[in-house]
Amino acid sequence: MITRLFSFPGGLRLPDHTAPSTGRVLVRAPLPERLIVPLLQHRGDPCEPAVTAGERVRRGSLVGRATGETPPVHAPTSGRVLSVEPCPVPHPAGLRVPAVILEADGEDVWSEDLPPPWQDWETVSPEHLRQRVHEAGVVGLGGAGFPTATKLRAGAKPGIHTLIINGVECEPWISCDQMLMLSRPQDVIEGARILARATGATRLILALEEGRTACLDALRRAMDQGPGITLELAAVPARYPAGGERQLIQTLTGREVPSANLPPDMGFLCQNVATAAAARDAVVLGRPLTSRVVTVTGNAVAAPQNLEARIGTPMHTLIEAAGGYCGTPERLVMGGPMMGFALDSDRLPITKTSNCLLVGDGALFPAEAPAMPCIRCGACAEVCPVRLLPQELYWHARSERPEPARDLGLLDCIDCGACAVVCPSRIPLSQYFRYAKSELQATDRAHVQAEQARRRYLLRQDRLTREQQAQEERRRRKKAALRQPATNRSPDPKAARQAAIQAAVERAKRKKAGAGGDGNDPA
Amino acid sequence: MLEALIVMGLLAAAFGLLLGYAATRFRADDNAVVDRIDALLPQSQCGQCNYPGCRPYAQAIAEGRADINLCPPGGEATIHALARLLDRDPRPLDPDLGTQAGTPTVAWIDEARCIGCTLCIQACPVDAIIGAHRQMHTVIRDHCTGCELCVAPCPVDCIELLPLEPDPENWRWPKPQSGAV
Repeated sequence: MITRLFSFPGGLRLPDHTAPSTGRVLVRAPLPERLIVPLLQHRGDPCEPAVTAGERVRRGSLVGRATGETPPVHAPTSGRVLSVEPCPVPHPAGLRVPAVILEADGEDVWSEDLPPPWQDWETVSPEHLRQRVHEAGVVGLGGAGFPTATKLRAGAKPGIHTLIINGVECEPWISCDQMLMLSRPQDVIEGARILARATGATRLILALEEGRTACLDALRRAMDQGPGITLELAAVPARYPAGGERQLIQTLTGREVPSANLPPDMGFLCQNVATAAAARDAVVLGRPLTSRVVTVTGNAVAAPQNLEARIGTPMHTLIEAAGGYCGTPERLVMGGPMMGFALDSDRLPITKTSNCLLVGDGALFPAEAPAMPCIRCGACAEVCPVRLLPQELYWHARSERPEPARDLGLLDCIDCGACAVVCPSRIPLSQYFRYAKSELQATDRAHVQAEQARRRYLLRQDRLTREQQAQEERRRRKKAALRQPATNRSPDPKAARQAAIQAAVERAKRKKAGAGGDGNDPA
Repeated sequence: MLEALIVMGLLAAAFGLLLGYAATRFRADDNAVVDRIDALLPQSQCGQCNYPGCRPYAQAIAEGRADINLCPPGGEATIHALARLLDRDPRPLDPDLGTQAGTPTVAWIDEARCIGCTLCIQACPVDAIIGAHRQMHTVIRDHCTGCELCVAPCPVDCIELLPLEPDPENWRWPKPQSGAV
């Protein structure tokens, strides 16, 4: 147990609200008849579909092919592929991405082509472990969806020393990681050790929030079992956003990751507890990621609880499993109240990054009061965990040109929303910052594209010049060839032709003689 | 009096030589200026400025032959950036050249109608169309700048410009709609 902890700047205490959903044990969600499996459940490009309509699949069969760093997607149950088409996914704008629509056959059998289980993973090379994690389609289950293998590979470069397994669920209402640690502590710890081996880390820390005594006890009991390096437990103060990657590193080690660097540059790597458990299933059981724990909670759900749901399960199935709606549900949010986003339908599928479904009534999500002018009280700057100046950023973010906000560090904003919570003028600061950040990122993308277009344009100009020169050269030679015979052309064209034929005959003769000789004569 | 004239004359000659030397020794590279202007242009290579590409337009600005408000795809942002770089007053976009397009577009070839004439391939300033004589042509979406130069040469009118659909990669958050200051 790590006792010496540090702290990060800013942050604030938020009500926990996890009691309703942790009062019930973690159970499997019912298997729906139809599943929608998006081929984009991670950061990056969608996978190529590996199945066609009508094909039969089993649980764990490949449905989306991995390309490069893109992790694959697997069938969450056995059944028949109905179609592969763009479907709406959980996204703030309700965008559509290609998805495999699967009709479950109810047998729910595992595929026979699964990779072999590696109970003795201690003897497997880190390279193979990373490859296995990649092939199992494991992505960051904390919500970001960053491909885990890519992160492990970045961490496998020399210099990585500490692997932090992040079980700090700092956002109110969310309890899926907590329930996972409570019900599968051995798996989480074994997964943590597997990831440590895959990265070459020599220090392994599992962090969770203070006050989670049941979790802590369960983990303590499971800690001494199994192979792998020793694990240190740390209970960090419950101050939002303690679970942020950089904030957690600072809390545990006192070191701040600079803005220009990523944690691996400093020798740190963070992975979520659910990611660790998924990596364990991939390595020890050979099973790809086909399900995850989802918190279904809020004050407009009858029986808030955590459910282990198959990827692709429509959300309404889970909400019904949690007793259905009650009261007057006002809003359905994926994620927590701070960083989540509202959805316009409960027919959307659960993806690898869906950690929480929050259904609230008007009391939980009051109608947005009109924003008042900023009074420059500075409360936002006090709670900002990145030490930005939200009131300054806001000034630029609401203008027509958010570009100057870049120099004020807007891109370091982690979207935690603490500034908006404390704002006495109720300015939706985090919404402004999300908007301005996406504008800046769009500008960056446009620059990259412009650079590429410039290169292609210049290359084309070069090519056209070259072609023109070659053409002129040909023309010049032809002209010269025409001019040359004029000087030593024999007066009789007939004789000239005769001479040409004669010359050709002689050439052929010489060639023949050469071929008949030692064969080395180049003539 | 004479001494004063001699001193002044010598001083003038000395400074003249110094300035003359500096003018050649520290001469600003014309290409560097063109490069910096070119870096601010959107590189759509559309020719709406009546120059055959962004770089020729940059050259024309550098040589003082063209004004800075001739680039419709770049719009106001480009004009402001150019004005800052060249220390000139920003001016509104030349209305004769069209207006800034609202959403970015990419060219799309109706492959059923394409006859494989290669005219669009020759027109594309960034080589974003692939195909061969009497073979179907297609646009490489990621490379297309939406310049519309391929539309006019097509003899069967099978090229259209489609708005770029938002996907999770290029989607942007909308600006919050809250009223007060």
